[in-house]
Amino acid sequence: MTNVEFKIISDWIPPNAKVLDLGCGDGELLAHLAATKNAHCYGLDIDPAAVLACVARGINVIQSDLERGLAEFDDLFFDAVILSRTLQATRKTEALMKEVLRVGREAIITIPNFGHWSTRWQLGIGGRMPVSKNLPFQWYDTPNVHFATLRDFDVFCAEKQVRILDQIALSQGVVVKRLRNARADVGIYRLQDGRNSSI
Amino acid sequence: MAFATTIADSENCAAGMNAGVGIVAPRKMVFTAPLPLQSGATLPQYELAYETYGTLNATKSNAVLVCHALNASHHVAGVYANEPDNIGWWDNLIGPGRALDTDKFFVIGINNLGSCFGSTGPASINPANGQPWGADFPVVTVEDWVDAQARLADELGIAQFAAVIGGSLGGMQTLCWAYRFPERVRHALVVAAAPNLSAQNIAFNEVARTAIMTDPEFHGGHFYRHGVKPVRGLRVARMIGHITYISDEQMGEKFGRNLRDGLQFGFGSEFQIESYLRYQGDKFSEYFDANTYLRITKALDYFDPAAQTGGDLAQALRAAQAKFLVVSFTTDWRFSPARSREIVQALVKNGRDVAYAEIEAPHGHDAFLLTDPQYHAVVRAYFNRIAV
Repeated sequence: MTNVEFKIISDWIPPNAKVLDLGCGDGELLAHLAATKNAHCYGLDIDPAAVLACVARGINVIQSDLERGLAEFDDLFFDAVILSRTLQATRKTEALMKEVLRVGREAIITIPNFGHWSTRWQLGIGGRMPVSKNLPFQWYDTPNVHFATLRDFDVFCAEKQVRILDQIALSQGVVVKRLRNARADVGIYRLQDGRNSSI
Repeated sequence: MAFATTIADSENCAAGMNAGVGIVAPRKMVFTAPLPLQSGATLPQYELAYETYGTLNATKSNAVLVCHALNASHHVAGVYANEPDNIGWWDNLIGPGRALDTDKFFVIGINNLGSCFGSTGPASINPANGQPWGADFPVVTVEDWVDAQARLADELGIAQFAAVIGGSLGGMQTLCWAYRFPERVRHALVVAAAPNLSAQNIAFNEVARTAIMTDPEFHGGHFYRHGVKPVRGLRVARMIGHITYISDEQMGEKFGRNLRDGLQFGFGSEFQIESYLRYQGDKFSEYFDANTYLRITKALDYFDPAAQTGGDLAQALRAAQAKFLVVSFTTDWRFSPARSREIVQALVKNGRDVAYAEIEAPHGHDAFLLTDPQYHAVVRAYFNRIAV
């Protein structure tokens, strides 16, 4: 996660929030949110090294596979659920999105944008599967199984009654407003289940 | 990655193995105030055997209680001067520079009531008649053990433990400590445990108890008077227990279908697994007390905090204030990871601080006693953060 993403996500977390970070890694973001927002944090990660790192810094980490769902958590238990650059690596992506929006009042989702011009160029002109800084894998070893463009994700949200409360597109850490689906390498969304939201 | 070094560091620590706590000596504490038990009975007076390692600091803020499981005792770490091979059951975890560092913490192991390793139990003398208690020794529960442990802590002047830790049945005691004496536990480390036993677990215990109670030398629990021991029953009890502590995978890897000396077309121990189980059973029946086995398995069966709250574990744990580390092992089918997750779920529901590690280990339930780098690194990292 870049510093810019880090800051955008932090800004979206209200003080004293109960936060769940799915795929929390070494817990850096949660530690930051605990320190700066007095957030009460939990993280999920399946990686033993990540779990150890979180325990070492005092993060409430739960070693778990996201694909199992979030049955452990009650509806709307968290103020915010963060899923950073992980959605594209999940298999039951739609089911997970549902779960995220069930347990969190808001969801903060970061996705690499498969619609970036260089991706389009590599596939459209070069005829090769795209490899980039954000998607650094070859087709045969990539953990990413569900690619989406920012526009795809917008459509997904509209179709699934997911309300987009806010979204920021970034190109190499710089906010992109025009032609975001071609220029941005990553999109950060602040979402809510449109069916139970009341803003 | 920044966190990759953490594992390497702890492995280096483990590799530079030091001598552990060295020679230790058990102690006994006598309690003359009667202990009211869950059953309604009262234990008029009793002794608890215990050991301590490290030094209690001036503010008495560095005490860690280690709760033992079924067949273990207060001998948690180190060796005895006259028994250099009798190594404490959690010695790989506890000692100077080890995951539970005795340079920082004052560690206490207490032998539970009803045991046969020094604390008052069925083989002790009943003050009412000067005879061994035998069958008359009351059924004790996890709650009773915790109450007795609390009294020992009182005597040592320990108002609050930096941590309580235990595996298996010891994990149940740890959990019990957290809700029974919330203000006395800052951290609770619950390893390879469960919020209660499953029907299958109780079934295994019942097979073990039946083996003991149907042994002709059991004499209704008063076998001491007859100068005999229900050794055959104990052997079978241990054999069945042992099967459940190991994973199918591990047993297959260790023994497979290997034979000792070809097929004999008879009923001696032909497969290596048979001879292993017989050996384990024999060894166990020599030192373990049948009445203790009955009582400890009953304590396991009875433990069920959520029974008081209509099955709502979160409600049952609501009083707990400690921060938790919950650890399970992937191949543990006796106390499976799913059972540990129930504990985690309840704690999260209550908004408690909890970390949960599901250790990829092939050894089954016994993994909690073994040296697994990730397991020990997580426990070490957790203890490192505990301020004393």
